[in-house]
Amino acid sequence: MNWRQRNIRLAELEAQAIEIIREAQAEFTNPVMLYSIGKDSSVMLHLALKAFAPSKLPFPLLHVDTTWKFREMIAFRNETAKRLGVDLQVYTNEDGLTRGVSPVTSGASIHTQVMKTEALRQALDKGRFDAAFGGARRDEEKSRAKERIFSHRTQTHGWDPRSQRPELWRVFNTRLKAGESMRVFPLSNWTELDVWDYVAAEAIPVVPLYFAKLRPVVERNGALIMVDDDRLPLLAGERPREMMVRFRTLGCYPLTGAIRSEANTLEAILHEMRQSCTSERQGRLIDHDESGSMEKKKREGYF
Amino acid sequence: MDQPSSSHSSSSENSLLATRRALRFLTCGSVDDGKSTLIGRMLYEQGLIFDDHMTALQSDSRKHGTTGEEIDFALLLDGLEAEREQGITIDVAYRYFATPRRHFIVADAPGHEQYTRNMATGASNSDLAVILVDASKGLMPQTRRHAIIASLLGIRYIVLAVNKIDLVDFRQDVFDRIVAEFTAFAATLAFKDIRPIPLAARFGDNVLSSSSRTPWYDGPSLIAYLEAVEIDEDGVAQSFRMPVQWVNRPNAGYRGFAGTVAAGAITPGDAVVVLPSGQTSQIKKVLGPQGAVDHAGAGTAVTVTLTSEIDIARGDMLVAPDRRPQVADQFAAHLVWMSSDRLLPGRSYLMKINHVTLTASVTELKHRIDVENLDKLAAKTLAMNEIGVANLSLARSVPFDAYADNRTTGAFILIDRYSNETVAAGMIDFALRRATNIHYQPITVTKAERTQLMTHKPMVLWFTGLSGAGKSTVANLVEASLHARGVHTTLLDGDNIRHGLNKDLGFTAGERVENIRRIGEVAKLMTEAGLVVLCSFISPFRAERRMVRELLPDGEFIEIFVDAHLDACIARDPKGLYRRALAGEIKNFTGVDQPYEQPERAELTLDTAQNSAATLADQVVAELIRRRVF
Repeated sequence: MNWRQRNIRLAELEAQAIEIIREAQAEFTNPVMLYSIGKDSSVMLHLALKAFAPSKLPFPLLHVDTTWKFREMIAFRNETAKRLGVDLQVYTNEDGLTRGVSPVTSGASIHTQVMKTEALRQALDKGRFDAAFGGARRDEEKSRAKERIFSHRTQTHGWDPRSQRPELWRVFNTRLKAGESMRVFPLSNWTELDVWDYVAAEAIPVVPLYFAKLRPVVERNGALIMVDDDRLPLLAGERPREMMVRFRTLGCYPLTGAIRSEANTLEAILHEMRQSCTSERQGRLIDHDESGSMEKKKREGYF
Repeated sequence: MDQPSSSHSSSSENSLLATRRALRFLTCGSVDDGKSTLIGRMLYEQGLIFDDHMTALQSDSRKHGTTGEEIDFALLLDGLEAEREQGITIDVAYRYFATPRRHFIVADAPGHEQYTRNMATGASNSDLAVILVDASKGLMPQTRRHAIIASLLGIRYIVLAVNKIDLVDFRQDVFDRIVAEFTAFAATLAFKDIRPIPLAARFGDNVLSSSSRTPWYDGPSLIAYLEAVEIDEDGVAQSFRMPVQWVNRPNAGYRGFAGTVAAGAITPGDAVVVLPSGQTSQIKKVLGPQGAVDHAGAGTAVTVTLTSEIDIARGDMLVAPDRRPQVADQFAAHLVWMSSDRLLPGRSYLMKINHVTLTASVTELKHRIDVENLDKLAAKTLAMNEIGVANLSLARSVPFDAYADNRTTGAFILIDRYSNETVAAGMIDFALRRATNIHYQPITVTKAERTQLMTHKPMVLWFTGLSGAGKSTVANLVEASLHARGVHTTLLDGDNIRHGLNKDLGFTAGERVENIRRIGEVAKLMTEAGLVVLCSFISPFRAERRMVRELLPDGEFIEIFVDAHLDACIARDPKGLYRRALAGEIKNFTGVDQPYEQPERAELTLDTAQNSAATLADQVVAELIRRRVF
């Protein structure tokens, strides 16, 4: 029996996401799908392929590469593009790179601002994309809870939470003036657990970093940072230890805390999720710079 | 402070959870009725507040809280910084939680009086509304407002949450009185079920489990009720409907029609009708998310192929041959106005309905609804947060159902053509048959044939500008010059039209729109007779000038902006009108108390400060020669 007959709720989320993706394709002239390599991107890509079958994916994927992603992420990204035969575009803010911006020397906020937010704006301008799909969910963070499914951006990619268009039923206002763009969030109504349930139900490949394994980590400010390569300077007395860890969310490796875990199968991850007492973005160091910091980043154009 | 016990539930773990749809509900009530506190409490009672969120909440409560030493659950939900500072919820926020028995999506709609539009937005995506009432205050005007909006937006299940029952010493008589008052009021609304529950959300009474402090109440707790309630799904038992969202053409041999089933179900072999064309065919294959399927019901995203090749585009609707939707270009509908720019009957808006976007206008605003008592009020316009009943006219016929029959195929939005703002939510009541009874009289002599008798092209020259700018003076000179060259002309002027055809119209924004609409239609008829029509009207709004432009074929409308500074017009004041307007004797005077929107892309701009009227007339004639009008 197909799982959709047992899990009506997940099937409904799937159908809604497909409808949103099709709507954007039908309404915009040059959409692009932001592909961040994480589990949400994997699910979103899987849904997009379903939305247009038997046609091929009618738009490219865009990965904004800060050059500080885990090596396993990049390998997974390249393998995925090849396996699915999709058009993957990779963009790096070369100017930031030349200026030596990095999470290690510049700090989390400057690195995120230059290598993610600015890089994304540059990439969207360069590709003249009028719509960009993102895998963000409303349950991730407080300011995301009020985000629209079709979220309007100004010519400078800014987000104004006070002048958002009301979103009624599933009738989406997709009108844009010259130079403006739309961010489209097909997974708006999904929770973290829904994403894992769907990964399990559809056997969607995800980056191995989500599964527990012995990995070299150092403990900093209460976070477990994986030493993914020799670019991470060790502090005095710091020595990487092999620990059984996994990642609940994936970003730049020096900014992403691992969690201690034995969960090395999907079943075990789902079980662990149900017991969890902390939120998903707790491991994201960039969210905690200051209160309201996600909203600030979003106004500036961050996803 | 006790840590909440964590009990995340998974759909895959619990069959009871998985086989039901999530319940989408809306919370609404007046400011301070405790909506956010209630939702925060529900999450807390379910052990669904994460430890790191709880820590942040404790620190936020000390900084911004209004509950002293206790945790302020409202802060958990008031997401945006501005709201945290002002202490109000500005927008609709969505929350997701699950109990061991059911998944929930909560739309938190603001209670602030001017935010009707957000409540309507939240209600459009909800099956049930929890309406909060402060037991110590009783029913407020806003309680009625929220109940009426919920009813209009098609919500049929209501929980009347009588909150802060602790403030009235848990007294049954207070509860009973509020319930009786609400029930009497709601008898005129379209609710299927009203469930009253006494609550003290701040302390958790009757939220998760029954409270010992209300021994007289023997009904379910709020969460127990929400877990159990069954929503009759409107769409399930209906005939098949699928608005086509996207045409899938991977190669010349495959034509698939992608969309979401809005009602009913399909199976390969079923007969279908394509609307609005009315062509018939048969379903060949149905492709669901898991591949080919032999059945797809409401809510499923599918791609279907047909046995015959028919031309079908996005916005067409595939339907079952029995009980078809209506197809019309005019209908009556309820409108919730959402923009700070008022509704102008006659103005051309964009309508998005079932994946089609087309131009539409309100031909008649029948009445406004007083949302505190459902009274019908006479109205010429709708302001933000007002609800009215109107007739609308569309650029062409589209298929639809009444909103009462189907909340998907009976809903639409209106969009402003300049700002792209969503200005209204619409719910269709019924088609207007009038439209289908008027047939165009077939014409045997065509416009092209009439034009051949002339030595020039038909054309509208539209002079726009402030009163006193010199429009009529220049237009008269141009007409004289054209006449001398053998061009068949006529001149429509603000004053002569208003003394005849439009003498029933005044000068409010709405009447100005209708004035220009009629002039546009007359000018169009005259171009069909082959004439060059000179129109001299203040025509202060871009939208109406554009409406006239779009009535005519490309190139037959030339917008001429007679540009004069307001001070110069006031100084000139040929008819003494500015003096009277400035003295307050004339209302709605362009440039004084009504705006003039300058053209953005006029074909010709005449600078009256630098040139005489004769020079400006020559410039217009030169432009017509350049355009080979004659």
